[in-house]
Amino acid sequence: MEKELLNEQEIERILTRITSEILEKNKGAENICLVGIVTGGVYLAQRIAKKIKETEGIEVPVGVLDISFYRDDVSLSNKPRDIKPTNIPFSIDKKRIVLVDDVLFTGRSVRAAMDALMDFGRPEQIQLAVLIDRGHRELPITANYTGKYIPTAKTEKIKVYLKEINGKDSVVLMSQ
Amino acid sequence: MKDLIGIKELSRAQIEEILNTAKAFKEVLQRDIKKVPTLRGKTAINLFFEPSTRTRTSFELAEKRLSLDVLNFSVPTSAVVKGETLYDTLKTIEAYNVDYIVIRHSSSGAAKFIADHTEASVINAGDGINEHPTQALLDAFSILEIKGRIDGLKIAIVGDILHSRVARSNYYLLSKFDTEIRFVGPPTFLPSHPPENVKVYYRLRDGIKDADVIIMLRIQLERQKSGFIPSLKEYYHFWGLKKEDLSFVRDDAILMHPGPMNRGVEVSTEVVNDPRAIILKQVTNGIATRMAVIYLLRRS
Amino acid sequence: MIIKIYNAYMIDPFTAKEGKVDLTIEEGIIREVKFKERRTAPSLKSQILQIDAEGLYLFPGFIDMHAHLREPGYEYKETIHTATLAAVKGGFTTVCCMANTNPVNDNPEVTYYILAKAKDEGSCEVLPVGAITKGLKGEELSEMALLKEAGCVAFSDDGMPVMNSLVMKRALQYAKAINAPIISHCEDINLTEEGVMNEGKLSFYLGLKGIPAASEEIMVMRDIILCKYYRSPIHIAHVSLKSSLEIIKRAKQEGIMVTAETCPHYFTLTEKAIGNYDTSAKVNPPLRNEEDKEAIKIGLKEGVIDVIATDHAPHHEDEKNVPFEEAANGISGLETAVSLSLNLYHEGVLTLRQLVEKFTLNPARILNINRQGIKEGAEADLILVDVNKDWIVDKNKFASKGKNTPFHGWKLKGKVLMTIRGKNIFDMREE
Repeated sequence: MEKELLNEQEIERILTRITSEILEKNKGAENICLVGIVTGGVYLAQRIAKKIKETEGIEVPVGVLDISFYRDDVSLSNKPRDIKPTNIPFSIDKKRIVLVDDVLFTGRSVRAAMDALMDFGRPEQIQLAVLIDRGHRELPITANYTGKYIPTAKTEKIKVYLKEINGKDSVVLMSQ
Repeated sequence: MKDLIGIKELSRAQIEEILNTAKAFKEVLQRDIKKVPTLRGKTAINLFFEPSTRTRTSFELAEKRLSLDVLNFSVPTSAVVKGETLYDTLKTIEAYNVDYIVIRHSSSGAAKFIADHTEASVINAGDGINEHPTQALLDAFSILEIKGRIDGLKIAIVGDILHSRVARSNYYLLSKFDTEIRFVGPPTFLPSHPPENVKVYYRLRDGIKDADVIIMLRIQLERQKSGFIPSLKEYYHFWGLKKEDLSFVRDDAILMHPGPMNRGVEVSTEVVNDPRAIILKQVTNGIATRMAVIYLLRRS
Repeated sequence: MIIKIYNAYMIDPFTAKEGKVDLTIEEGIIREVKFKERRTAPSLKSQILQIDAEGLYLFPGFIDMHAHLREPGYEYKETIHTATLAAVKGGFTTVCCMANTNPVNDNPEVTYYILAKAKDEGSCEVLPVGAITKGLKGEELSEMALLKEAGCVAFSDDGMPVMNSLVMKRALQYAKAINAPIISHCEDINLTEEGVMNEGKLSFYLGLKGIPAASEEIMVMRDIILCKYYRSPIHIAHVSLKSSLEIIKRAKQEGIMVTAETCPHYFTLTEKAIGNYDTSAKVNPPLRNEEDKEAIKIGLKEGVIDVIATDHAPHHEDEKNVPFEEAANGISGLETAVSLSLNLYHEGVLTLRQLVEKFTLNPARILNINRQGIKEGAEADLILVDVNKDWIVDKNKFASKGKNTPFHGWKLKGKVLMTIRGKNIFDMREE
């Protein structure tokens, strides 16, 4: 069973809102860097960066973070997925880093992402922006910017489709 | 996959997955903190029955950068011959509860033997004249990094093909891509029944002509004593890659050597210093490639 | 004790007789061989062992010209006791044991020891093969005449070739005088180098050092040349190559006194049996190609190969449970040889008569040993065979200590059901 939770327009509106929340909280775009978590988070981060450029005229740097090597929940029997090289071509020291991910679930990916970021330097702050928060946290982690909170059952799946990968924007809830 | 015994057992897709993963690890190696916590709490043992500082160091570094606990177990072959069988040694090590065994042994098939008798993941770091898979993978990674592709390349492997596990693993790997493979060397160093997809050259300059990649093999100095070649001097004269030969090498070719080199036997100093030589790059890439292999052999 | 075998189909190359018989054996001696047309119903006298052998074959006891019994010196691999049990289980009532024991059988003391052991603990006849050279070193001739007197029936440095042609020449001259054949292990060890399998594409693929065909071929050729010049018979052991066969065939056509043997693994397996470094398929000479395997069959059919021998080479598990290169050479063959050879009959390569000759008449002639065959007044020396019985090889059921077989788990057709030598009866019908 599939149910669409968000369509293209709704995703667009959410990203606009998150962008303004980021700018509001940080009092502008100075000293901000976006880091997208592979794969979905990267494109979301790029879109947010574009929106910041449109409103503030500032180009915020966008980094790519693959957290595979930092995960503690990789199912050992599963074949590891394609790993993308991490690419953070700027210093994160004393910066306000906004981590961007598509779905916040157990919190383990974010934990891994923070560990990975710490290996690159010492940011002033790390903030978290997510498109969907589906609950079931296993670690004490909350997002600073949440697109939509969607209560789910643990057995259900959230699938995020993005134009850059799938040719369309959509968030779908799948239940067995 | 539990083990990496040889390239011959790998599919092209598996090779590409390893090379792709190695790219991600290469990025890790360029950070200030060159270590990731991936395999924290797991243990690797480097079981070396043949001395090899380079390969062992490379594996050790790769393991440490994956946060593995590392044990080194170097066994002089003579001590083994006297008493303990390989099976006994293996069972002792298994009792340490290790997760990864990296093995170097002078007998072809030794890595397979170990893998058949243990639950740990086994990585072949060279077995006899059979295979040295991580060397071929790091060579492929280096070629890919510079050339952007492996398909369509002409690769000349020069030297003692017959006794070289590096040559064999490279041959198997390159055979899984659309490549032209050449074996170059004196007849006593070439297989009497070469595979169909290989071109054999006895003259160095014919063999390296138009080649995109030239892999020079290390000549084991004891080969001369066992009569395979009359002298190292003669070998150098005819099959060593020297300054005079460089003008016959394509401008965009890359020159490779698995190390350690014998200057004045298979290569001259001018060749080592030539901008086309990427010997040191191979060393760096070796760590990233080995990290990728270990990472991908996670146990289920 | 009286044994009666009814309705067996007898093929006896020694008496050149063939046909359906009832056989009576009394106290180990054949009392009556009754040829007949019809099936006889066994009578029911209880003091005699009665066997209704309808559908079964009766052959003279088989002779294995080439086995390694390992005693003295390597009792951990095999003993005369276990090897001869394996032999009778496999259908052999005579086994020739090679000289590479420790000490080497290069002096009469060792020969006496082997014969005494065989008499005390053996289940079949053991005929020692003496060493050609002292210590199998290929340098000085052993005391061949004394060895012959002590009971050796042939001479061989098997396992090690006699590399020096002058030494081989002298051995051949000597052997002629004492009327005992030289059994030659044909291998140029310089060419073999450190080889562990057949040289070819597969050896390159597996990264194992290869043994070139030339290594066997050259020595076959050399031995035949010596044999021709000195008119002294030579028997070529374990022929594995098509090219060797061609040389032997030509020599036979020229009337040179050469005979040859092969072993079941050379007409059953190819180098592919090594698979992924399976040490049970490591043997010397090495397993060869499909082409060689087929040529060996033709050689058997055409009579270029006179004898099928086992080259029974038992080893301890620890000697095979090592990396391929370090593993010992050899296959424990006594208990599978006859069944594997019967496959040649099923495939139509050999008639049963031809097959039986290669295990009986031919080895007896080459070894100059007297065999009367299945006839009245002769000592019972025979086997009862069901050529169609299907069975599965289980190395753990081997009587031999050597469990090193590449045929474990194979389904074979044809089995020896009973072996009788004199008063000894070995009944495998229930197995």
